[in-house]
Amino acid sequence: MPKLPAPPLLSALKTPPARPGEKNGKSGPLDELAEAGTAVVDWVDERTSLSGAARWLMFRKVPKGTNWFYTLGSATMFAFLSQAVTGVFLAMYYRPDPSGGAYESVRHITNEVFLGQLVRSMHRWGASVMVVLVFLHMGRTFFFGAYKYPRELNWVIGVVLLILTMAMGFTGYLLPFDQRAYWATIVGVNINGTGPLIGPYLSDFLRGGSEIGATTLSRFYAIHMLLIPGLMAALIGAHLYLVAKLGTTAPPWTKAEKRDELREAEV
Amino acid sequence: MANKRAKQKSKYTLDRGIPGAFEGETVTRRRFMTGTAHGAGAVAAAAFVLPSIGFAIGPIFKRNVEHWEAVGTVDQFNEDNYTSVIFTLVPDVGDAGKTTAYVRKKNPAIDTDPYDRDTSYIAISDRCAHLGCPVRWVPASERFLCPCHGGVYDLLGRRVSGPPPRPLDRFYTRLNGDVVELGPRFSVNSQLRRFSPRDPGEPLDGIGQYLYPSRPDARKL
Repeated sequence: MPKLPAPPLLSALKTPPARPGEKNGKSGPLDELAEAGTAVVDWVDERTSLSGAARWLMFRKVPKGTNWFYTLGSATMFAFLSQAVTGVFLAMYYRPDPSGGAYESVRHITNEVFLGQLVRSMHRWGASVMVVLVFLHMGRTFFFGAYKYPRELNWVIGVVLLILTMAMGFTGYLLPFDQRAYWATIVGVNINGTGPLIGPYLSDFLRGGSEIGATTLSRFYAIHMLLIPGLMAALIGAHLYLVAKLGTTAPPWTKAEKRDELREAEV
Repeated sequence: MANKRAKQKSKYTLDRGIPGAFEGETVTRRRFMTGTAHGAGAVAAAAFVLPSIGFAIGPIFKRNVEHWEAVGTVDQFNEDNYTSVIFTLVPDVGDAGKTTAYVRKKNPAIDTDPYDRDTSYIAISDRCAHLGCPVRWVPASERFLCPCHGGVYDLLGRRVSGPPPRPLDRFYTRLNGDVVELGPRFSVNSQLRRFSPRDPGEPLDGIGQYLYPSRPDARKL
């Protein structure tokens, strides 16, 4: 891959090139730090060849006309990471105990733990933010026709991710185990049960029995903490890989380049 | 189709022209090894997958122990108004397992259900038959009102207005001396015929009882 030229600097800031065999001036601790950092990266790269993959992922070509709408996917991923991190820290204080422990642990987080109210609120609001961003991202992909060949698999993965996001919202809602959580889950599971023939069995499977009890809370906690985040992480990885491999599309209003010399300019 | 299968493949590898074939060999050593490895892998996977699936699905088939709970003495209930009582629906979870029921003494003029001959008390569940929100008995209008989606039931728990597909569920009652006890829950259809307990949102009239079958752990109730 050809080395890109460095951006132009003011002549006053330019360091003169080092004479062969002579160490240049300005070799202070900052330069030594940079060299140390480079040495670490080189050590890893020599044993993994990851820098090639990193360059492939980051220095991708994007079509003319790429606009701010294309940031919605990354925004969704950022919201997911925020949920994951705040969720991990909440899990350090939360107790999935239906006979009062869950409610008490959430009260403890909100009122007594340092920055607990902030982390809990970030997690709660972050869930809404993520759902909104997911829908905006899905809408952008749809209206820009970015689901067409060869990106159909990416669209399917995205739909599965949407369903998993909804499932995260549903299972996480029960965890504070207050009145709102309890009754909303009763209603939600019963909506599930209205499906004919297998609906009642699905409801029983979700609840772990015929009523919401200890099994339900543990089940929802395990699904919310372990099962779906694992699936989502794997699918997000696949989703990103496909985006990098297939490239992004131009917005639908972009006209194709007519002049041959302007197409595919070699960098 | 008969023409295609006319040349039946021989079971001997020697006839099939596989290199390195022995006289009388039907399964090559490579195939045997591969099959054994697959089989061992399947056994190993089943060793942890099957118990986990059983663990997850098990609660569906758990037999519910019949549980009777005392909710009050005879003098606390009367014939024309419901008294709300709190009892334990789910054991071992403390306060989260408690719920409300509405209990009334039987009024022979109104309660003409032939199965009600033996009970003296009617206990109505507080879970709306639409989606499970808790209903409230309003004495002034003699109706149960559901706050969620506007379901309304009359004195006998039958649906009067709103989205519920069937009347409110009831509990078995019995008299233990002068203490009224509440037993397992059962569901009724719009003719107040009894069925084993169903979830909210499941109609029981006509084809409903087959579309929404009873739960394995409560079938005999």
